[in-house]
Amino acid sequence: MEAEKKVPEQSAKQSGENVSSQPTMVKKTKPKKDPRAKLYKPERMLIMLSSPHLGTVDNVPKIMWTVIIALIPAVVMSIFYFGWLSIWMITACVSAALATEALINRMKGESFTIKDGSAVITGLLLALTLPPAFPITSGILGTIFAIGIGKHIFGGLGYNIFNPALLGRAFLQASFPVAITTWTTPRTLVDAVSAATPLGGFKFEKISTAFIDLLYGNTGGCLGETSAIVIIAGGLFLIIRKYADWRIPVSYLSTVFILGGLFWLFNRVDYPSPWFHMFSGGLMLGAFFMATDMVTSPITPRGSWIFGIGAGVLLVVIRLFGALPEGVMYSILLMNAMTPLINRYTRPKFFGEPRA
Amino acid sequence: MRLPTFIKGVHPNDYKHFTCTKLIETLPLPDHVFISLQQHIGAPCTVVVEKGQEIKTGQVVGSSDAYVSSPVHSSITGKVKDIGTFVHPVGGKVQMVYIQRTADEDQWELMPAISDWQSASIDRLNQRVRAAGIVGLGGAAFPTHVKLAPPKDKTIDSFILNGCECEPFLTADHRAMVEQTDKILAGMAIIMKILGVKDGFIGIENNKPDAIETMRAAVRQGEYNFKVVSLQVKYPQGAEKMLIQSVLKRQVPTGGLPMDVGTVVNNIGTAIAVANAVITGKALVERIVTVTGDGINEPKNVLARIGTPFQDILNHCGGLKEEAIQVFMGGPMMGMAQYNLQVPIVKATSGIVCTAEKGQPAERAMPCIRCGTCVSACPMFLLPTRIARLSEMGHTAESEDLGIMNCIECGSCSFVCPSQIPLVQWIRLGKLQVGEMKRKEKEAA
Repeated sequence: MEAEKKVPEQSAKQSGENVSSQPTMVKKTKPKKDPRAKLYKPERMLIMLSSPHLGTVDNVPKIMWTVIIALIPAVVMSIFYFGWLSIWMITACVSAALATEALINRMKGESFTIKDGSAVITGLLLALTLPPAFPITSGILGTIFAIGIGKHIFGGLGYNIFNPALLGRAFLQASFPVAITTWTTPRTLVDAVSAATPLGGFKFEKISTAFIDLLYGNTGGCLGETSAIVIIAGGLFLIIRKYADWRIPVSYLSTVFILGGLFWLFNRVDYPSPWFHMFSGGLMLGAFFMATDMVTSPITPRGSWIFGIGAGVLLVVIRLFGALPEGVMYSILLMNAMTPLINRYTRPKFFGEPRA
Repeated sequence: MRLPTFIKGVHPNDYKHFTCTKLIETLPLPDHVFISLQQHIGAPCTVVVEKGQEIKTGQVVGSSDAYVSSPVHSSITGKVKDIGTFVHPVGGKVQMVYIQRTADEDQWELMPAISDWQSASIDRLNQRVRAAGIVGLGGAAFPTHVKLAPPKDKTIDSFILNGCECEPFLTADHRAMVEQTDKILAGMAIIMKILGVKDGFIGIENNKPDAIETMRAAVRQGEYNFKVVSLQVKYPQGAEKMLIQSVLKRQVPTGGLPMDVGTVVNNIGTAIAVANAVITGKALVERIVTVTGDGINEPKNVLARIGTPFQDILNHCGGLKEEAIQVFMGGPMMGMAQYNLQVPIVKATSGIVCTAEKGQPAERAMPCIRCGTCVSACPMFLLPTRIARLSEMGHTAESEDLGIMNCIECGSCSFVCPSQIPLVQWIRLGKLQVGEMKRKEKEAA
């Protein structure tokens, strides 16, 4: 019982105690040697830790690197469609993220956290959400903002309220509104004259894009967002590994599908079909890789449903009625802000708690 | 067909291969024992022997008049060398009686056997359970006679014998079910007679097919009307509330006891102790202990006298390996780390696990990334990460609102935490804070 009263330490307590040097028998009058000390010699020092003494093999770096692996197909597709533009942007953003992380570690006087992979994810995700011809320097600036302001101002890994990559992109959207909406045609798309994104094209010119192009990503758009099929594959991999909560993409995507579908049934000329909603813009990347960001999404199962549905409603509203063609970024960022509140109001019922 | 189980929980490796096929071996009598006067939940015993007194096996050395308490007995024939405070395996120092063995063979002080227990009165049987010093041998060590005498306003309709042994490494109950099947069933029948219930269930995890088979065969042969329930392998299947959920599909209300849903749960070891006490008149002086892990030379299941120092038992099992660095009392999920191997085993010692690798928590915990894995593991449906954070910050009232007192400290949350945060440790601290707050409120009122 005495051991429990001690304040737990984050670090392991390595307090072995020597039996012969520390008599274990105490009498009120005067300390007396433990008779057992004569009978045995202490064999060794043992490590004292609080239970449980077993742990899973999962750890934070492993989760982060698995997310990066799941993003590789999207990266490959982006290089396939946009070539060197994509390679440069991804390299620049990831290096900038690592450099910023290391610099801030240094400034805060903490040990380096670049190996845990979280900075790589931020840089990579930000790069994948930028237009192909976006100036590299601006991309680096956005990454610095994402790591510095998006993550470390709040206290670093685990303490940030907003998804750092999305916050970085929001910063770029506000700072470079023209550059971030200038699109380049994928090099495989030979017959295209306009380089508008499918969403922009529909919103402003009522041009529909072929479904098959949306699926493979053969359209104008951000570096890593165009090919829905590889993003879904990576996302499913994460869900199977249980590194992403399946409830969030399911509720997010189905809300978009149902709500978008209702509008489409109501007016098929002004509103796009639900399939178009699903596979255009950054929805897939957002649903599988950004909304599921563990740090900024709810911890309760019911909270995850609310999070996904809320983001879905916001997305449809922004896409159909907002000034912007795309709403993934703001829908997730707004729900990020709601997460602490959602957590608070979705506490699961205790085991045996009567259902009120 | 899906086997019955509870909701949530975790799947640790079971590591039972070390000892699950090893016969229970009776240890030679120890040269000396340390009988702790606090081996149960409830009032500690007061010493009833004197220094220098000759003492027989099974003789009472400590007892208490309090209802929630259980007497302790000498486990060897010998002489009281000393009475003083010694290190207890669950931490801290407790009054113990130090007995040195003088006889090569046991001279038993037996209670009269109740061979006609079928017709004996319930009071007489339950008094025997108390007099024999029987407590829950699964680890909690709650006095059994209290459990078997529920208040009159509670109707008990069923009894569950807990053969889950969900803790990794431990095989004591498993071996007992295979080797002492008849004794277990007799003990269970006595317990059910005391409770006056008709429905008896034996819950066994599915990773012990031989135990399930043996028990089923013995139940059929003995014409008992018990039902052997094969359960899914999941931790903490053997926790009382989880087991009731798995077997009876009833949820013990928050803050309630199994008797609130009309049932009582006892451990395999307890049933054996009850059978011994009633049929042969022996007090609880020995128990089966699994000595296992990759840090011991010869993993074994042993029948050891209560009060035997850990070191004696480990020596009998070939001693610790050179690389052993941790020794726990109990399983690795809820067991207590030991620094002093001269501590004696107590009634609640189900196993001694010696490992060569350091377990949780890590050298340095990472920050919580709010992945929610602990939330999906907690069998009590709590939010471990929130509660741990609140107790870390000292927000006692809020952690109580989040149900910190419902925590059964099973360790599932710390087990799954990818940041290796010692969640259970923080929650234990938080529970102490809540207790302190309650005490202060009481004083103020």
